[in-house]
Amino acid sequence: MRFSTLIKHPADWMAGGPGEHGAVLTSRIRLARNLNRHPFPGWAKRDQRAAALDLMRPAIEALPAMKGAFSHELGDLTSVQKQVLVERHLISREHAARGDGSAAVIERRQTFSIMLNEEDHLRMQAIRPGLQLSAAFAALSELDTELENSLEFAFDPTLGYLTTCPTNLGTGLRASAMLHLPGLVLSDQIGQVLQAVNKIGLAVRGLYGEGTESLGNLYQISNQSTLGESEETIIRRLERVISQVANHEQNAREKLLQDDPEMVADKIGRAYGVLRFAHIIDSKEALNHLSLLRLGGTIGFFPPETVVLCDTLLMDIQPAHLQLHSGRKLSAEERDSIRAEIVRSRLLSLESPDIRIPANESNTSPDTSNPGDA
Amino acid sequence: MKCDFCDQKATVFLTQLVEGQMKKVCLCDNCAKERGVTDPTGFSLADLLLGGLPGGPGTVPAGQPKAAPGNGKKCVTCGFTLDDLRRVRRFGCSDCYSTFSEEVAQMVRGMHKGTSHLGKVPEGLMAIQFRHQRIEELRSRLDQAIASESYEEAAGIRDEIRTLDEVKI
Repeated sequence: MRFSTLIKHPADWMAGGPGEHGAVLTSRIRLARNLNRHPFPGWAKRDQRAAALDLMRPAIEALPAMKGAFSHELGDLTSVQKQVLVERHLISREHAARGDGSAAVIERRQTFSIMLNEEDHLRMQAIRPGLQLSAAFAALSELDTELENSLEFAFDPTLGYLTTCPTNLGTGLRASAMLHLPGLVLSDQIGQVLQAVNKIGLAVRGLYGEGTESLGNLYQISNQSTLGESEETIIRRLERVISQVANHEQNAREKLLQDDPEMVADKIGRAYGVLRFAHIIDSKEALNHLSLLRLGGTIGFFPPETVVLCDTLLMDIQPAHLQLHSGRKLSAEERDSIRAEIVRSRLLSLESPDIRIPANESNTSPDTSNPGDA
Repeated sequence: MKCDFCDQKATVFLTQLVEGQMKKVCLCDNCAKERGVTDPTGFSLADLLLGGLPGGPGTVPAGQPKAAPGNGKKCVTCGFTLDDLRRVRRFGCSDCYSTFSEEVAQMVRGMHKGTSHLGKVPEGLMAIQFRHQRIEELRSRLDQAIASESYEEAAGIRDEIRTLDEVKI
């Protein structure tokens, strides 16, 4: 499959998931596996890496699920193409830095992707929309079991699946979900919630941005421990915690609408105005406004399909996607205007927000209340 | 203040709760980068303190040279050495896990929820895994039996373990 064919359509998992009020965008499962007695990719010599690749690639391409898959060595892809795959979460940033001797096999609907000779011989991934970690794991585990028929994986009865880095030992499982939490951010509860999640041994980080900053109110929650618990235990705990966070988010949104509807309406209205009419917009500003527009879609200010529209835009306004779209290398300034152009054109038919602030309750916050309010 | 790993000036200071105790580590720029401390996603102080780094502050008194000479241990399958392990904190191949089993035990302690695998097993290895888990279980029952001075029961368990162990050969 050619790169252009793979990328032409949005991935299945970008088309929106069930329930959870849109707080959970996607669920991802990653399994790390290595070939027995073959040097790990980081330590292998060039010919050993090539030998491992020659063993793994045909086995993966032969999987029924991978029929007609996109399968290329990284040396055959341009840097923009690799970057687009990173922005779509189909390969890792580290993998994109590799060339010959490493490969990516991506299922046509982009629900499975397998990195060959990344840090481990195999990094296999399944992505699903919404909160579906168990379903994603079941599907990926089936694929893993099929591969066992043709490849001998490194496994130890005590340490489980053996990985290059001991932080992945055991199950080799990293389960994660991407969450959109504007309600918790606007109501200043995000720090508390994330701290609580951290305390029970799960990792939280902003999806975009450096350090603790998170652009677009997007966060990723994942497990850290991979040894000493079964896949089911790890996933069940994560699903429970993620549902709780999604519930908190929903409550925060309802409370904001009740306590300070004018502030919410103002923020969403401004975001709409900027995105509809801006001609130059950098990625930070775009992400933050799209986040508010998405919030508007979940609380009835915009039609519900606005949520998917925003999720697709989140992907399409990133640098490599913009370069791919325009077919040439772009300066930062050019990117900002093309980004604005794409956003304007996609939002052309989006009507202004349907904001209904209950007349008697619009000024109920303590500092603006006056005796006239009964 | 000096870096805990080398003699350079420390610029990164970390405090974290590790197994209920407050632990502090001081690092210079280079050591912080090398150990991934600047990457908030992948870092746990526990790795540093609980032997994640053979030669780190948990294992070697401060002030000693950071790379104590290796004891010559080398993986026969892939040629990976103890010095390589200290440098990259990763392994060379699956057999390294038996070559460096002591270091592995040290690194894994405190890194995960447990130290033995529960969960998926490759289908072909299912029988071996089942026996392995059964023996582990019997060993802990044997300890209990001895502790409670139920020697008759202990003898029975011991025999059962023997039978299972023999199958392996």
